[in-house]
Amino acid sequence: MSASDTHAMRRSQVETAPPSAIKLNINDQVRQLAVDPRTSLLDALREHLRLSGTKKGCDHGQCGACTVLINGRRVLSCLTLAVMHEDDEIMTIEGLGDPDHLHPMQRAFVECDGFQCGYCTPGQICSAVGMLAEVRAGWPSHVTTDVSSSRVALTDDEIRERMSGNICRCAAYPNIVAAIRGSAEGGAT
Amino acid sequence: MIGQAVNRVDGPLKATGRAAYAYEHWEAGQPLYGFIVGATIGKGRITRIDTEDAEGAPGVQLVMTYLNAPAQGPRDESIPFEYWRAQPMLTGPDIHFYGEPVALVVAETFEQARDAADLVEVEYRAGRGRFDFGEFEDDTYIPKTVNAGLPTDTAVGDFDAGFAGAEVKVDQQYTTPYEFSMPIEPNASMVAPHGDDDLVVYVSCQITDAARDSVAGTLMMDPERVHIVTPFVGGGFGSKLGIHSETILAAMAARALGRPVKVTLTRQQVFQLVGMRPTSSQRVRLGAGHDGRLAAIAHDVTMHTNPDVEYAEQTAATVRSLYAAPHRLTSHRLTALDLPRGTDVRAPGEAPGMLSVESAMDELADALGMDPVELRIRNEPTVDPERNVPYSDRHLVECLREGARRFGWENRPATPASVREGRWLIGYGMSAAIRGHFQGPTTVRVRLEPDGTAVIQTDMTDIGTGTYTILTQVGAEGLGLPLERVRIDLGRSDHPSSWGSGGSWGATNSSTAVHRACAALRTKLLDAALGDTRSPLHGQDPSAAVFSDGDVAIGGASEALREIVARHHPDGVEAEGQTRFMGDDPNYSDYSINTYGAHFAEVGVDADTAETRLRRMLSVFSVGRVFNPKTARSQLIGGMIWGVGAALEEEAVVDPRSGAFVNRDFAGYLVPVHGDIPADIDAVVLEGYDDKANPLGAKGIGEVGICGSGAAVANAVFNATGVRVRDFPITIEKLLPGLPAMV
Repeated sequence: MSASDTHAMRRSQVETAPPSAIKLNINDQVRQLAVDPRTSLLDALREHLRLSGTKKGCDHGQCGACTVLINGRRVLSCLTLAVMHEDDEIMTIEGLGDPDHLHPMQRAFVECDGFQCGYCTPGQICSAVGMLAEVRAGWPSHVTTDVSSSRVALTDDEIRERMSGNICRCAAYPNIVAAIRGSAEGGAT
Repeated sequence: MIGQAVNRVDGPLKATGRAAYAYEHWEAGQPLYGFIVGATIGKGRITRIDTEDAEGAPGVQLVMTYLNAPAQGPRDESIPFEYWRAQPMLTGPDIHFYGEPVALVVAETFEQARDAADLVEVEYRAGRGRFDFGEFEDDTYIPKTVNAGLPTDTAVGDFDAGFAGAEVKVDQQYTTPYEFSMPIEPNASMVAPHGDDDLVVYVSCQITDAARDSVAGTLMMDPERVHIVTPFVGGGFGSKLGIHSETILAAMAARALGRPVKVTLTRQQVFQLVGMRPTSSQRVRLGAGHDGRLAAIAHDVTMHTNPDVEYAEQTAATVRSLYAAPHRLTSHRLTALDLPRGTDVRAPGEAPGMLSVESAMDELADALGMDPVELRIRNEPTVDPERNVPYSDRHLVECLREGARRFGWENRPATPASVREGRWLIGYGMSAAIRGHFQGPTTVRVRLEPDGTAVIQTDMTDIGTGTYTILTQVGAEGLGLPLERVRIDLGRSDHPSSWGSGGSWGATNSSTAVHRACAALRTKLLDAALGDTRSPLHGQDPSAAVFSDGDVAIGGASEALREIVARHHPDGVEAEGQTRFMGDDPNYSDYSINTYGAHFAEVGVDADTAETRLRRMLSVFSVGRVFNPKTARSQLIGGMIWGVGAALEEEAVVDPRSGAFVNRDFAGYLVPVHGDIPADIDAVVLEGYDDKANPLGAKGIGEVGICGSGAAVANAVFNATGVRVRDFPITIEKLLPGLPAMV
């Protein structure tokens, strides 16, 4: 295909993209919106629903700032389209808690100073909550020594390995690990 | 209050996603979305630009190129600091570096703007650019000064004679790569027209005052009509000291359309449009006696610069105050390359300079057969050896000794490559740390409301450094109020101005100004109460006044602050406090004012693959008084981890054919992640108070953590393997060929 063919094809695609009316269940509320089918779940949250707690750090799945929980599992909301999630339960950082009613993981991050600029923080916290559920379910990781066991010990190595998809450029890593450990030992979910 | 480890006051907002960053403000209504189209050549000229298809795409409101961009103010070199200057964009068909903006597409939605950006057709005539540092490394010129106005070259004594006569010598070449600040929040801006001709600019920036002047200068507006708003900044590390194309293009589009427009850089564009730490080639020469005492030190640095916007990182400047030696030489040279401009990246100059100098000191210790800690102690100066002024509060030796003790340095493998645990070769390394402390002008306003709460206003920013928290502490202490009755209002250019967050000076500049404003406010309150027959404090001795818990007490008499305010200032009462520029403060010329530290690291190097893992790290710092030990420790550890990244991971690579950074994302440009950093990492701060720095005795901590920390890791790699890699970062392919043969 020549460059001009590609260009013409791109143009026709651009011109034939009607908005889609969808319903999303976000933080236990059903929200209706009309989105361009190209809209990522991340942009639907941030730009359409104005839930900007979920952050855009790289927009292609490398930094983890956009992590949300979908049906309890952590998902990079920049790598999935909003129109794919009509039947899902989506939990964002805003749904975990608010400043007057912090989720135990949010409280642990504040207590342990698990952030500085705060931009990766919602993703770290959502990821941590989802990660603890994975450990409880016995999912092994790259550093799990006995992958045949259904029980995984929550060592610092396990936390660090499983959280490595969430970059913190302020490098609050030791404090984040401490917050997750403290939250897990306090029985946070 | 000062010195207490209180939690960040903005913590609950950040931890719940309620803190609004630049791209996330909705007060001005639904904005349009801008998307930047970048040049796909590194040097040359646009020969044809066709925007018709893009303009006809759904939702598109504007396609701006050099053909229809408004006239803009020029970069004015007479303005002393780069970040305050105009930043004109889309000024002509010439391309100066790969990725340079050639168009801005503005549409109703982000998806429309991004797709229409693909429809802008640009043809170029590519010229032959200078892209490869190695090729042009010897084609240098001498800058007039280096960053921060520091001298380009210095010479003390007779280096050549001193070096020639030295009994033990190190003469090595080190290279450091292009590095990027890469905060997780990409540079972003939303600009909303307001009133007749005003612009409200929500922008992720470190210096509000500079952003206002830069926008106003570019758009040729009265700065008073530009209102910067930046309450939360998702990291800066130098890359947001100035504003960039995202802000200027959003502002031009918002003005042209009369509607709010927001623009964020993609992660890839951050690698092209913000600037980077220059790559450097550094020659370090050390000449010493067999007793380890240095006779001669030379640090000669060559770096890249952009031809149009000169930036000379002060890489050889740090060694000027570090060790004693009678014969000394430093120099900086630049070679102009057709690449994005060099810019301040956390610890500019100090980070790459210390990486090399402290590696060379380790090489000298090895050549002498001397403990590296002892070598540094033997070269402790009594006065600043180049400025010939006394140090204020220098405690480097204490840092070295305390760090060695806490780390267990005595267990260091005395011979390189001599300790093995399973497949891991184990090594210890250390480094000294020093960084200059600076002071810049800052004004704050402290206002006491009739309800007895205080509001502190300044255009200072909190880029994650803890400004909200420490100013709350300083204000609470200054007025004797509980923390929850002090509110901090930052990041608005309409507030009293500061020189923002950068250079590790924000905390001390703004805290000192708050301290002084509180003193002025206390005087106003006392004057009012003592002269008022209705006050229980009437006629008392003001020098005995104690402010605490919202009251002021003198002897047995006391009155609530809110009573005094209600009676005398029913609308509230305020006072300003200031910090002046260091050039106007004799302490900064009479003393060498620095922060200090000592880093200790243990690494394991896989004997088969050369994979290097940091196993533990401990650093001890002397930084004067600390406002908040919790946030300070976090910031220091963050800096140390940056050093780990510089030693082992971070490197942006230029394609010598196009001038493009080929690894422009987080999969290619590696920064430390959770898995790279052990839990056993800590920063310890010695008790301190530097009475020459400011009345609070505090100094900056944002950058000293990085200074030397990479060298401690690099020196540990040498201790583990016996291999000295001088081309940073120390990656597998450089280390593997030299690893000791396994039995």
